[in-house]
Amino acid sequence: MVSELMEVRRVRDGVVIDHLPAGTALEVLKLLKLGEGARVVVLMNVESSKLGRKDVVKVEGRRLSNDELVALSLLAPGATVNTVEEYRVVSKVRATPPEEVRGFLRCPNLTCITNQEREPIKTVFRRRSERPLSYYCTYCGTVLSGPEIVRNIRA
Amino acid sequence: MISILDFSREDLEYLFERADYYSTQLGRKLRVLEGRVVALAFFEPSTRTRFSFEVAAKRLGADVVGFGAAEGTSVEKGENLADTVKMLEAYADLIVIRHRLEGAAKFAAEVSEDPVVNGGDGRQHHPTQAMIDLYTVRKLFGDVDGLKYAVVGDLKYGRAAASFIYGLSLYRPAEVYLVSPPELRARPEVLEVLRERGVRYREVSSLDEAIEEVDVVYMTRVQKERFRDPSEYERVKGSYRLTLEHLARAKRGMKVLHPLPKVDEIELAVDRTEYAAYYYQASLGVPLRMALLALILGGE
Repeated sequence: MVSELMEVRRVRDGVVIDHLPAGTALEVLKLLKLGEGARVVVLMNVESSKLGRKDVVKVEGRRLSNDELVALSLLAPGATVNTVEEYRVVSKVRATPPEEVRGFLRCPNLTCITNQEREPIKTVFRRRSERPLSYYCTYCGTVLSGPEIVRNIRA
Repeated sequence: MISILDFSREDLEYLFERADYYSTQLGRKLRVLEGRVVALAFFEPSTRTRFSFEVAAKRLGADVVGFGAAEGTSVEKGENLADTVKMLEAYADLIVIRHRLEGAAKFAAEVSEDPVVNGGDGRQHHPTQAMIDLYTVRKLFGDVDGLKYAVVGDLKYGRAAASFIYGLSLYRPAEVYLVSPPELRARPEVLEVLRERGVRYREVSSLDEAIEEVDVVYMTRVQKERFRDPSEYERVKGSYRLTLEHLARAKRGMKVLHPLPKVDEIELAVDRTEYAAYYYQASLGVPLRMALLALILGGE
């Protein structure tokens, strides 16, 4: 029954973001700025052999940019992004948190040199641990972990 | 040269040997760096660090240019750090920088082709101070290993204390007591280095808990401005002030270090005791910085 329902909502051309930790789907919508007009299917707390419970987000007529993939990896490490064309999965990418994140995160330390607007400088964060995911600012040493990472993604 | 952690223990040992050599040469003007220019870019006030770099460079025969505060320079007009560093790079062979922002020295080193020495960046690093501190311990005790240390004061915002702790992690101290008010504990990244390198440490809230045990007390100041509640400062400040009464309970041969300037965190009478090693420590600043400059610029 469930599978038939999902069948109805199959994506023709777009992305299926799978293996999201349960409860993160709405954050993903925010992250991808999927507001009004977007054709989106959100499944929450569905059963998963890997995660126990998971969320799935399907978006019609959309692809993920590299930046969005990095952002996704920070929010939901290990999520998979399936690109669909004519109902067929043409590629499958795992959102793996990169070892180094350049220019993408803001350093929450206000006295970090990277927060000087007039300096030609970009943040560089290096991964400190994978589980739980955490990064540190290579300029001032400030550590970001868990929800702080997502909160500091540059808009 | 941004952090003391950029150095290995072997690097430091070699540096200390060279500092021993330069200690014997203090009466003469050397020509090791003749024709070289050292720029001192002190965006934040400093007396000790700036003067000792200046004296060190001059004793080696280098010329020195620079400024001791952002006031009166193009920085005051709004020039950014990157441009200031580019300008200094064009005039000098090495830049020593002090800045109130964390990461400023690292950024300057990225902008400049010249070597950059960190003279203190925000609350983060003060590597040459840590070198002097370790060198002092080695001169006093013959070794940095195997001793018990208390690092006292503002361990959260104090860059000298953080750098000394990083420096100790390159050695094998028997134990490090981190003595501070709970709100000024060492930052997580500092503790992580201690854990990674297997240094035994203990965080305590009063000097009383460590004074009888330790060989070295490294004092820094707990600043009133760091407390949200001034009455809280009044309540705890006594726990971070070293007095003669502490010395009466200390081991014989214990030594007190302080990066200076000190205000009232050490009772004045302590200065005249055999425990006080901070003036001796300060006197090692010039030979150590001579050794460092000669290594970087002179290719020793």
